[in-house]
Amino acid sequence: MSDPVLSVQNLTTAFRSREGWREVIRGINFEVKAGETVAIVGESGSGKSVTALSAMRLLPRDKTRSTGRILLEGRDLLTLPEAEMRKVRGGRIGMIFQEPMTSLNPVLTIGNQLAEALVLHRDMSWREAEAEALTLMERVRIPSAKSRLHEYPHKFSGGMRQRVMIAMALACRPRLLIADEPTTALDVTIQAEILSLISELQRESEMGVLFITHDMGVVAEVADRTVVMFRGDMVETGETSRLFAAPGQPYTRALLASIPRLGTMNGAAGPRRFPQVDPRTGTASEGREMPLPPAGTAPVVSVSNLSIRFDLPQGRVHAVEDVSFDLHPGETLALVGESGCGKSTTGRAIMRLTTPSAGEIRIDGRDIARARSSELRTMRRSAQMIFQDPFASLNPRISVGDAILEPILTHGLLPKAAARLRVAELLDQVGLSPEMAGRYPHEFSGGQRQRVSIARAMALEPKFIVADEAVSALDVSVKAQVSNLLMDLQASRGLAFLFISHDMSVVERISHRVAVMHFGEIVEIGPRAAIFGNAQHPYTRRLIAAVPVPDPALRGTRSAAPPQEPRSPLRPLDYVAPKRLYREVAPGHFVMAETSA
Amino acid sequence: MNRIARALLGRLAGMLLVLAIVATVVFVIVRVTPGDPAAVMLGSDATPQDIADLRSRIGLDAPLIVQYGQFMLGLLRGDLGQSIFLGQSVGEALLARAEPTFFLTLFSILIACAIALPVGVFSAVRRGTLFDQVVVTLTMIASSVPSFWLGLILIQVFAVGLGLLPASGYGGPESGFLERIQHLVLPAIALGVVNSALITRFTRAAMLDVLGDDYVRTARAKGATETRVVLKHALRNALVPIITVIGLSVAMLVAGAVVTETVFGLPGVGNLVVSAVLRRDYPVIQGTLLVVAAIYVLINFITDMLYILVDPRVRL
Repeated sequence: MSDPVLSVQNLTTAFRSREGWREVIRGINFEVKAGETVAIVGESGSGKSVTALSAMRLLPRDKTRSTGRILLEGRDLLTLPEAEMRKVRGGRIGMIFQEPMTSLNPVLTIGNQLAEALVLHRDMSWREAEAEALTLMERVRIPSAKSRLHEYPHKFSGGMRQRVMIAMALACRPRLLIADEPTTALDVTIQAEILSLISELQRESEMGVLFITHDMGVVAEVADRTVVMFRGDMVETGETSRLFAAPGQPYTRALLASIPRLGTMNGAAGPRRFPQVDPRTGTASEGREMPLPPAGTAPVVSVSNLSIRFDLPQGRVHAVEDVSFDLHPGETLALVGESGCGKSTTGRAIMRLTTPSAGEIRIDGRDIARARSSELRTMRRSAQMIFQDPFASLNPRISVGDAILEPILTHGLLPKAAARLRVAELLDQVGLSPEMAGRYPHEFSGGQRQRVSIARAMALEPKFIVADEAVSALDVSVKAQVSNLLMDLQASRGLAFLFISHDMSVVERISHRVAVMHFGEIVEIGPRAAIFGNAQHPYTRRLIAAVPVPDPALRGTRSAAPPQEPRSPLRPLDYVAPKRLYREVAPGHFVMAETSA
Repeated sequence: MNRIARALLGRLAGMLLVLAIVATVVFVIVRVTPGDPAAVMLGSDATPQDIADLRSRIGLDAPLIVQYGQFMLGLLRGDLGQSIFLGQSVGEALLARAEPTFFLTLFSILIACAIALPVGVFSAVRRGTLFDQVVVTLTMIASSVPSFWLGLILIQVFAVGLGLLPASGYGGPESGFLERIQHLVLPAIALGVVNSALITRFTRAAMLDVLGDDYVRTARAKGATETRVVLKHALRNALVPIITVIGLSVAMLVAGAVVTETVFGLPGVGNLVVSAVLRRDYPVIQGTLLVVAAIYVLINFITDMLYILVDPRVRL
């Protein structure tokens, strides 16, 4: 076998803090050979990104210290002078990052940013480089590349920006590509496209790929070998297929056991708690099935013919178009779809954070679509919302206890002393200690903050909660725990959830019914088992098929669709949305009838 | 193109509306302040009859609404009116006083930027170093120093002590352009240094913000040199807040000319306002304030246009 492109030997990186040097990764060893993909997998804080940034020497020089050896084609990068290292970056090693939306410079054209790498490393003039940039854009299959060369990043969608990043990283034909969570911020269908693009380019050029991810499904899809990291240590490494089939370490077993997988419901009618994983042994006990909502109740939320449109100078955005559904007490209805499909806008409209353009939203029978602010105040007691980003949705200067207390006092539910006791009770219910009430959000982990957000939403004893991507930003193990908490709260208090999510494997576990949204419309709605087991609409099938399967044995069995720039819900001002018809496939399972258009 | 033309016309209409409001406010303020130009002109010996005669001669006895109408109609024709005391039109008086004000503002802002941009950028790049700490401290001190105090110190050292530069004034009527400009050196340095403090702080903060952004990391991962990362990738993104604060500084310099020109004895627009206020020369006060407001509005407009030039995401 050939010599490794990258060989990391006993790498330890420390950050300087007030207390002195603190090691964040310790004794990391692995190799990446030409044409091979090695994945580093781990949860947030495991040190996987630090490992990659250490190899690129992109960590702040005065605050970090790396020891050990990082050999790129035999040369130790850690001892290279900075000028030599610059030739390595972008020349010998290309790197792409998680956030395609922010990783490109907003004030420079795509062409200029692509050409820059060529000018820096391949001794080209700007004119030659721009011509080559065009070839690169075509290589990553950006449609109508020539006209887009002089456009700025904000005109590109997330998937297209990630293609630009890949083109940029590969501009100088590097021997190694480091991909740091390159698809985490993308929709599943786009993720599938990007993954197949990377592996195709890898085959063409025989480069090594170091793939950093938290997603075991992606690992199973792309990696030949896998390095598992946990809190800065390398826990286990080996062939991906071997690792999945027979994990050697408890942590690896725990990680694998906690992955939400599609198709694990085995005919269960209701939702099912995620397995509880024992982190010491890595063994999991299958979660118990949750009850079905009581039959014959009046819906707590009833949305009919809801439309939300925004006028822009260029036309009108039909963000939500003629959407209708009911949500019953004790039920979880999942609203799924890709970014921009209108699922969050629908959720916001139900909270009246957005005013609908047309249609009715009945909460307990009262239409709130046009309610006045005094009526809304009463409505907001029964309706609460949990947001995606637990870091941004808690005020950093208010202690979590006060954050939970505030809605109780605002609505005058309890006198202050009694309200404090209630806060303690709520913290206990969401699995936090009541003594934590005096702490501030920065002292909590992401999962704990999301628990605080849930406690705050529960404070008013609402009838239903709109959970907008409430578990999407959490690590797998935490995601399972918080999802279980939501299911427990539902069972004990008869709460209804509108669960807005793009994560199909969590949706399959948690929901009673599922509505699939596409370009502002519901294309299919029905019982969870029917949607996942007997999807009728082509878009639903595409969405389910694009979810990576955490099983290396199934790799390559799926074919990627050709890339497409997402169609826009932007229409001319005089556009009248066509009236859609729905066909009832089975009781309660409706599919949008296909139109000729 | 059509959309841009329409947006520009909209902006222009808005600016004219602002100026019409300013004109009205100025007209009212001037007239509600106590004092009477006729009384000032004739001195303390004048009889009430003399004053009344003069008032009717210069049109001050007309009903306020008529005076207002004449003032606004004049503005529409581009006529700011006739000074009561100077024996020239307000427009001529302004033009005659524009030179020192214009060059003083220009030099001050150039000096301020020449100090602030490099120091602010370097301070951000070398965050936490001794240099950065010195910059942070000095800018804090400098922004709390009044410019006239610094001006007086400079005069003491360079004019009185070393005799290198003139202490005040703007030269005689027959002195050449260069000689006149020499008189602006000390005041421009005083204003420039004081203004540079604020711009430095904004530049430093904007750069610190931008240097932590993802695309800066992308540029480094591409193998760009640190100079290139800072000047090409970071600085351009930091320019929007920097342009904002420079625009505000220019506007403040123009508006602050009243104080500066009094301290340095410069016969500029600020000086004109002060003497007009003392003599209740209504047309001059109105005209000058209106012109200063127009410059203010114009600077804001230019700032907004620069945003569009610098950041492709900003649209008209």
